[in-house]
Amino acid sequence: MDTGIGAAVTRKEDFRFLTGQGNYTDDIARPGQAHAVFVRSVVAHANLRSVDTEAASAMPGVVAVFTGDDLEGVGGVPCGFAPDGGPMNEPPRPVLAQGKVRFVGDMVAMVIAETLEQARDAAEAVDVDYNEIPAVVSMEAAQAEGAPTLHDLDDNSCFSWGIGDAEATDAAFARADHVTTLELVNNRKCPNAIEPRAAIGEYDSAHDSYTLYTTSQNPHVIRLLMGAFVLGIPEHKLRVVSPDVGGGFGSKIPHYPEEIAVTWAGKQVGRPVKWTAERTESFLSDTHGRDHITRVELACTSDGEFLGLRVHTQANMGAYLSTFGPLIPTYLYGTLLAGLYTTPAIRCDVVGVFTNTAPVDAERGAGRPEATFLLERVVETAARELGIDPVELRRRNFIPADALPYQTPVIVQYDSGNYEGVLDRAAEAADYAGFARRREEARSRGRLRGIGFAGYIEACGMAPSNIAGIIGARAGLFEAAQVRVHPTGSVSVYTGSHSHGQGHETTFAQIVSDRLGIPFENVDVVHGDTDQIPFGMGTYGSRSLAVGGSAICKALDKIIAKGKKIAAHALEAGESDIDFESGEFRVRGTDKSVGFGDIALSAYVPHNYPLEELEPGLDEGAFYDPANFTFPAGCHICEVEVDPETGTTQIVNWNAVDDFGKIVNPMIVDGQVHGGIAHGVGQAMLENCAYDEESGQLLSGSLTDYCIPRADDLPSFHIETTETPCPHNPLGVKGCGEAGAIAAPAALINAITDAIGVAHVDMPATPEKVWAALQSAQGE
Amino acid sequence: MYEFNYRRASSVSDAVASSGQSDDASYLAGGMTLIPVLKFRLASPSDIIDLAGLGELKGIRTENGAVVVGAMTTHAEVAGSSEVRQPIPALADLAESIGDPQVRNRGTIGGSIANADPAADYPAAVVGLGATVHTNSRTIGADDFFTDMFETALEPGELVTAVSFPVPDRAAYMKFPNPASRYAIVGVMVSQSGEEVRVAVTGAGGSVFRVPEMEQALAVNFAPEAVAGISVSADGLNEDIHASPEYRAHLVTVMARRAVAAAG
Ligand SMILES: Cc1cc2nc3c(=O)[nH]c(=O)nc-3n(C[C@H](O)[C@H](O)[C@H](O)COP(=O)(O)OP(=O)(O)OC[C@H]3O[C@@H](n4cnc5c(N)ncnc54)[C@H](O)[C@@H]3O)c2cc1C
Repeated sequence: MDTGIGAAVTRKEDFRFLTGQGNYTDDIARPGQAHAVFVRSVVAHANLRSVDTEAASAMPGVVAVFTGDDLEGVGGVPCGFAPDGGPMNEPPRPVLAQGKVRFVGDMVAMVIAETLEQARDAAEAVDVDYNEIPAVVSMEAAQAEGAPTLHDLDDNSCFSWGIGDAEATDAAFARADHVTTLELVNNRKCPNAIEPRAAIGEYDSAHDSYTLYTTSQNPHVIRLLMGAFVLGIPEHKLRVVSPDVGGGFGSKIPHYPEEIAVTWAGKQVGRPVKWTAERTESFLSDTHGRDHITRVELACTSDGEFLGLRVHTQANMGAYLSTFGPLIPTYLYGTLLAGLYTTPAIRCDVVGVFTNTAPVDAERGAGRPEATFLLERVVETAARELGIDPVELRRRNFIPADALPYQTPVIVQYDSGNYEGVLDRAAEAADYAGFARRREEARSRGRLRGIGFAGYIEACGMAPSNIAGIIGARAGLFEAAQVRVHPTGSVSVYTGSHSHGQGHETTFAQIVSDRLGIPFENVDVVHGDTDQIPFGMGTYGSRSLAVGGSAICKALDKIIAKGKKIAAHALEAGESDIDFESGEFRVRGTDKSVGFGDIALSAYVPHNYPLEELEPGLDEGAFYDPANFTFPAGCHICEVEVDPETGTTQIVNWNAVDDFGKIVNPMIVDGQVHGGIAHGVGQAMLENCAYDEESGQLLSGSLTDYCIPRADDLPSFHIETTETPCPHNPLGVKGCGEAGAIAAPAALINAITDAIGVAHVDMPATPEKVWAALQSAQGE
Repeated sequence: MYEFNYRRASSVSDAVASSGQSDDASYLAGGMTLIPVLKFRLASPSDIIDLAGLGELKGIRTENGAVVVGAMTTHAEVAGSSEVRQPIPALADLAESIGDPQVRNRGTIGGSIANADPAADYPAAVVGLGATVHTNSRTIGADDFFTDMFETALEPGELVTAVSFPVPDRAAYMKFPNPASRYAIVGVMVSQSGEEVRVAVTGAGGSVFRVPEMEQALAVNFAPEAVAGISVSADGLNEDIHASPEYRAHLVTVMARRAVAAAG
């Protein structure tokens, strides 16, 4: 069976997951561990008159009760990004509230007890006296004249940022024949990883060192942030372990106050302290995603040539800045606004706003779904207004394949792609030509059928560290790998790309098996432990394969180079005459060869070995810093049928053609695309993170009110990939984890608006919204 | 959860007696509502009296032409029973539309109607089919059973033992589910038994209600057109993040019309 690059190998990790042998943070029971429960604010905005812990402290089994006062002097939760090009208000975020709470779910106290139930009982006995302040829940309320401020600032603004040439854009609008304008909401989402967040903090007094077990997508980043910026623990005294992690969708990137609290408390109480979120707690306190209000204008000529794009966005930051909160609606957003098109002038202005809601950070796609949504919505709308077929309008404006690499007016340079080819293939797969017939047939059944397109491009493979630094990231964005060949030729790979469901243990093993010509079973992938892995920046932004995989390739190159030296010695040939292929080192042009396993053995049993020139052992590490982002692109076409009486939308067809560059495991790619589309459909049709505008209470704090897509909400997908390899990484790969979530919302809303003949329906396009849109269209 | 005393009842009279002796007892049927409520710490009964062992409350039988469903019969049993489906397919369909397989395998008819969730399906069946609720001490007519949101005519400690459904000439249930919970945003049961027509609506209001105007129109002409033009007022209907009162009012008409069409 082929297990190399390109083979649909079934996932190694699934055996342990499907047989209940996964090891998640909550599965870990440390000797002597105590249980923590956080007392969370039940109001959205209040000064704390007092937090009385006396009764709670006296309850059975209680080990300790801590409040913000106990943590004075412990640093606040840091933010990892400040967009360049303007000041950013960065108010402190205390671990436990100090004098004030700013959203429902903000942490007021920490109760530690022998058992979880005892901790819960005692948490209820903590008496918090709230002096309520009116909450500002919407961005409009937060920015209103005289609005109450969350922080010690003049108002609730966080930053004001822009990208692109404003003058050139104004000039483009001045000479446009036609301007299409849309006002859009990009709805707030709760990421809802199936595994809730959890953390265990432990202090080892014998070595004066700390261990944090946590559900993180990037344990090294947590070590850096918490160790250096909060608790002042040097790296060699702080171990962060993220064992199996059950999904994240971005919500497990940030550094959270609970991680700090358990680590700090573990030392205070002298025993491990464990916390696991309940589902409602996750809804309240995991970072949320999206939440933009945008006005977009597209200037065109009468025959549909795009001249300019102007975007004004308000981005909700929530009550505090999460680790990468300000990155998402700035550089991960504005830089993608050229989309697949040659629009020569683009200007995007964004204001970040504080509100009394949970902090907002990355969620699958992070910034790019927002950019794609507005762009593909406005393009589709322009096509309708101009009376040009939406496929044709896109064709007229595509960046031609021979123009790549292509410098956009918003900083990024696309590396490779064939956008028209992708659209053509998708339109063919979707039988666009036959759509009119299908629409007629649906009408005869009383259904309104519509079709919607979304082309997309994303910047993945984050990121060249120098660029990351210029735009405001307070970190490098390389990846690290270690390839350890053992004496008998089996291999352990240590990667800084943490897997929280993506299947790295399989994909990365395929790369190693392929490159070294050794059996797939002989390779194991290790991740998620800062004591084992040299370094790592983690998994997000579809970066694992493009950056983490490339680091592994670099280390493999070093292994092969060293192997050639050993082989040259063994085969008594010159090093430059040795070729390595299919696991054999061979003297070029001869039948003299030696297998990889023999070379590995002689590296560890160096009896016949060039010891004067070469160290024993076969164990190489590499750091890889990408030369550019990667730019996956594609086209999704969605067909829906709407029941005009109820407004219910049924998705009847979904065709996607994606260009992810080279593909290592097509089965895993299919899974990522399916999941991504489901994610996007959820946002566009079902998921609505709703707060009460007055009280700031979360109205969608459980799965009976927050609708996650289920199998019966989705059609069978038809998906294909095309392949223009990434020119600047060794695997030629681009990334696939977010594509569906980026493309799907625009495709779906374009299809629904096409079906019912209205300009726009806000997400989530629930039956009621679709019905109301139909009602008002009929009223006109 | 708070602490409570757990007892497994050995008979209906034992259950009722245990309940009478306790400060604040709750019967436990399928637990699909009660257990989450306990886990959320929204209730703190002193005693939980488990009805799981009571064979006398389980099962479906036909009695005097009516289908009698024991209080501890699960939704899955009702959905899968030919004794229900043959005479009253609408009732089996309704049971089939509840929640998901796990919920249908645990949740019971007694628990559902005793709980009287405004979005639950069974209230539409009880009222829409003109059923009779049997308790340990009396029988209660459908129209008197559901009194308000989460409120019924049951006295403290009174135990539902069975629900008996007369067999209609025709009936159908149409449900517009909440996309997240799959409870009813609006569910309408329509039935005709001789001269009598019933139209019962769940999900839309604080408690299940009938629509007399539709019933009268259908009594004259049992056809979809008869109700197409009849709407209920949005005043006082439920409002939440899933649906406005106006939309619910609109759905009542649509679901009623479709139910009539399906009843054939
Ligand atoms: C995820 C989910 C989805 C659901 N979806 C739906 C849906 O789509 N439609 C729908 O209608 N329902 C739905 N339900 C509710 C479910 O179907 C049950 O009907 C409901 O939970 C109550 O039944 P139970 O047997 O579980 O009762 P329990 O939870 O055990 O009890 C509920 C209440 O009734 C009382 N009680 C129970 N039995 C009796 C009795 N014989 N006499 C007097 N009092 C009694 C209990 O004391 C308690 O107060 C859903 C539930 C869940 C968890």
